[in-house]
Formats: sequence, C-alpha cells, structure tokens
Amino acid sequence: MKLLIVDDSSIIRKAINKYLKEYGLELVGEAGDGVQALEQFKAHAPDVVTLDITMPEMDGLTCLEEMLKINADVKVIVISALSDQATALKALKLGAKGFLGKPFTEDKIKEAFDRVIKGG
Amino acid sequence: MQERDVQVFVEGTQNYFKEISGEAPEVGLPYMKGSEEIILDYTGAIGISGERKGCVYFTTNKDMLSEIVGAVLGPGSDSEEALRDMVGEIANTISGNARRSFGSNFMISVPIVIYGNPNIDLPVSIPTYIIPLTWKNYKSYIVVGIE
Repeated sequence: MKLLIVDDSSIIRKAINKYLKEYGLELVGEAGDGVQALEQFKAHAPDVVTLDITMPEMDGLTCLEEMLKINADVKVIVISALSDQATALKALKLGAKGFLGKPFTEDKIKEAFDRVIKGG
Repeated sequence: MQERDVQVFVEGTQNYFKEISGEAPEVGLPYMKGSEEIILDYTGAIGISGERKGCVYFTTNKDMLSEIVGAVLGPGSDSEEALRDMVGEIANTISGNARRSFGSNFMISVPIVIYGNPNIDLPVSIPTYIIPLTWKNYKSYIVVGIE
C-alpha cells in the first residue's frame, strides 16, 4: 500500500512515518503544502494519505477535494490541530475516511489507521 | 479577552505536553503583559483572525525544545531545523485546539518561527496575557493577545 504524508511540519511527517512503520507501507511521497501534495498525489497515486489542514499555499480541505476528484477511492486521514467537531465533520463530509486531532500519540495514530485501513 | 478565555490556553498547553511526553507542565498564574519583553531563544507565533483577532505565541529555550523533539522522534533528532519546526508546531497545536472552545470561526495562521530574541510588537490595544509554564524544569511561556 502506498502512503503519502502531507504536513507543513517536517517533525510531524517524520513522526507519522515512524509510528506507521510496522504497517509495511511504501512511503511514496511527502509534502509540506497543499500544492506540493497534489503534485505528489498525481505523480505517485498513493492508496493512503495523511493530510494536515493548516498549510501554506493550499489548505488541506481544499487539497482533499482535489485529491478525491482525481481518485475517489483514496483513503485520506486528516490529521489536524483544528480538532473541533465542526472541522472533523466537515473533513468527513468532504470525503476523508478518518480524522485525528493533534497532538497524537503513536497509539492514537495506529488506532485511526486501523479504523480506516482495516475497518477495525 | 476574558480570564476564562485564558483558561482555554492553559488547559490546551497542559494537554499538549501530557499527550506528547506523558508529563503535564506546571502552569503558573497567568498575568497581564506590561511593557516587559517575554521572548526566549525560539518562538512560534500564530496569527488569529475571524471572529476574534490577535496573536498567540509560544516561546522557550533550546534545551526544552531538544527534549520535546526527543520525546517525539527519539534521541539525536534535534537539528536546528527540527527545533524551529517544533516550536512552530507547538504554537500551532495549542492555538488550533482552542477552536474546540472558541468555535470554527477562530481562524489560525500557519506558524511564524522567530529565533534569536528579537522583539515581538503586539498591538497595545489588545489585552495580552502571559502564561508561564515549567516542564521538566524548563521554563517557557504562552503569550495570548486576542480581542
């Protein structure tokens, strides 16, 4: 399964990659803003994307809509500090398969991932 | 800005450090900022817009950031780039989480990272609170100036 990690924080990108290591995913790309994310998405056709919301150039929810136009089957997990219910519901309504608020622990991201990927 | 609004940031800060490290910080009594400069080695600042306007920033020292980066990524990860990234991410998370209390019209900017102790000029017309905190004996501050 191919993974694309999108967050303007390189520490968060590294943490996500580290915490999801045991899933044996192929990390096909990383992006620090929504424009880079779409370029990476088109170039590498990931199966799963972790997607921040507050980013330069293009915010994550706009990016999410554009990704789903390209591939409606992609599984997007939004991971954001904007952890209010309205934002979470908006992301899910737009088509994200999961939402995880920051700060997150290794256990929490694995739980979110299991729910989206394995339906667990 | 009301004192109960300050409490949102106090709780958000405690939650952040507890989640990331397992250890909540000791948060001191918030107080109104006067003319003193509250700025340490690294600062992450977030502009607030929407229904409320202002700025939130988190300021701390290098050693504290090194420890937090280590808690997230493991030892030896504390490059200069990582420290600057981390301080911005801390400010971003604490500010973003405040939406749970202030609603989704509480808009946050991407983080601005400042290092090297320049002054940060906040609008004098906006009441600004300083929240001192101590985490693992490291002193830091959250500064909140919101209409």
